[in-house]
Amino acid sequence: MTARTNIALGALLAGGIFLALLLGSVALAPGAVLGALALGGEAGDVLVVWQIRLPRALAAAMVGAALGMSGAALQGLLRNPLAEPGILGVSATAALFATFVLFFGLAGTGPLVLPLAAVAGALAATVLVGIAALRARSAVTLILVGIGLSSFSAALMALLMNLAPNPFTLADMINWTLGTVANRSFADLAHAAPFFVLGVAVLLASRRGLAALTLGEEAAEGIGLDLRRQRLAVILGAGLATGAAVSLAGAIGFVGIVAPHLVRPLVGHDPARLLVPSALLGALVLVLADIGVRLLPTDAELRLGVVAALVGAPVFAWIAARGGLSR
Amino acid sequence: MSVLEARGLSFEAGGRRLVAGASFRLAPGTLTMLIGPNGSGKSSLLRLALGLLPPSAGSATIDGAEVRSLSPAARARKVAYLPQTRPLAWPVPVRDVIALGRFAHGVAPGRLAADDARAVARAIAACRLAGLEDRAADTLSGGELARVHLARALAAEAPLLVADEPVAALDPLYQHEVAALFARAARAGHGVLTVMHDLALAARYADRLLWMKDGAIVADGTVEDTMTPARLADVFGVAARIDRSADGLALAVTGPA
Repeated sequence: MTARTNIALGALLAGGIFLALLLGSVALAPGAVLGALALGGEAGDVLVVWQIRLPRALAAAMVGAALGMSGAALQGLLRNPLAEPGILGVSATAALFATFVLFFGLAGTGPLVLPLAAVAGALAATVLVGIAALRARSAVTLILVGIGLSSFSAALMALLMNLAPNPFTLADMINWTLGTVANRSFADLAHAAPFFVLGVAVLLASRRGLAALTLGEEAAEGIGLDLRRQRLAVILGAGLATGAAVSLAGAIGFVGIVAPHLVRPLVGHDPARLLVPSALLGALVLVLADIGVRLLPTDAELRLGVVAALVGAPVFAWIAARGGLSR
Repeated sequence: MSVLEARGLSFEAGGRRLVAGASFRLAPGTLTMLIGPNGSGKSSLLRLALGLLPPSAGSATIDGAEVRSLSPAARARKVAYLPQTRPLAWPVPVRDVIALGRFAHGVAPGRLAADDARAVARAIAACRLAGLEDRAADTLSGGELARVHLARALAAEAPLLVADEPVAALDPLYQHEVAALFARAARAGHGVLTVMHDLALAARYADRLLWMKDGAIVADGTVEDTMTPARLADVFGVAARIDRSADGLALAVTGPA
């Protein structure tokens, strides 16, 4: 069941990425795209595919996968379907740290400065949320802590915008807050990839413990789970993956809620088996949303994060209203 | 077969002494029941004995090894622990909950080796859960869920079994079935320790009783030796009539002492 779900989602994701190569301001024929992928065909097509559309689609996929898997892992750890990097303030804090680096012009000092700042922000926020979760032991408190963290990051972000020295910096920061994968290059992907791979590896290595946590923390310890190590692994893995996502695309919310929520019934609600399909679906959702963003005939291109929030926020409210917070 | 030994376990929280110098030995082949009024420190004592709480004094060992020095998985392979039932975080199927009992053997739900699958099947049969394997855990009655948790603990097939009020939500029939199941596990050589609120059930099934009051173990012995009207009045504050007959000891609580 799980394997079939993963294969189906993987195939859909590959199809989605191929579709992203076909569609755009100028639609390319499938033959032309395949030719360009093989570095043959017209030079213009090769340029469009390799320089513009492929890195952009892969960036959307990586961001969606990171957020989908981080959301699923945090939900398993905190035993709450509403836990998600966006809701818990992890994305906002990562975006704040990244913006900080941009504001002071530090991003130019090295290609890894921006991803490192985003990862540091994400880790700081996950650690804070983790500590709050340990103390509060209540889902509502936890979500409120996340909202507080989000609001504080947003306030500091607003402060930076307020003090922005010129319109270009301001525009940069707005992009970061809204979330977009426009104009991403393979170099950007390469700089975020190590953090993404490490985060995903840590989460996958610790996923068995998430199944144990279904029983509650005491019984999970009883059946042999090392609770401290489990918490640390999820916080570290989710922080790394979310940081990588934010360093690529800025703050994009709700993917981490919607993707796990949709695939959970397909894997028997097992939080361990949920990680991979959540990542695949998160990737698929953002790749498709980004195609939509590029095709919509608006004067200014819609930001991916705006579309994600427009779809995701009502879903969040719906899950919460159905009692997701009561656990 | 393994032996769990607690020596002088004490625990304080918020300046209050919850467990005071409790010692006992959980030997193979006996069903020991821990009885005492609410708040007498029974659950805390179980957690201390399993190394899930750090004692402020004393120590607990399994086969001579400090429990706190064992890895969680190594400890779980020696002793299965069934805490008071809490709702599950996700509506996972019954089969997956029970499979989690094999967690310390490296099992994840959906990935069971033949040995693990057999242990799970035996636990399902023992707890009479056949036919419920594919039901989501949130559609079960309280009693069914309690039996699923019990099956999960039995699936571990650990030499020791420690349970905290395993029959609390059960019908009388299942209470007796569960108590008989524990007695059977003890006959088979397991060391079984369970907190029990139902004194009649304790009198009927326990090989040994640990009486707990205000964090201390005030009596430790067979039902015959320790269950007296005076002790029931002292520990529980109840007046009781005890009838000894051919098939054991029958207890009737008649009112407050």
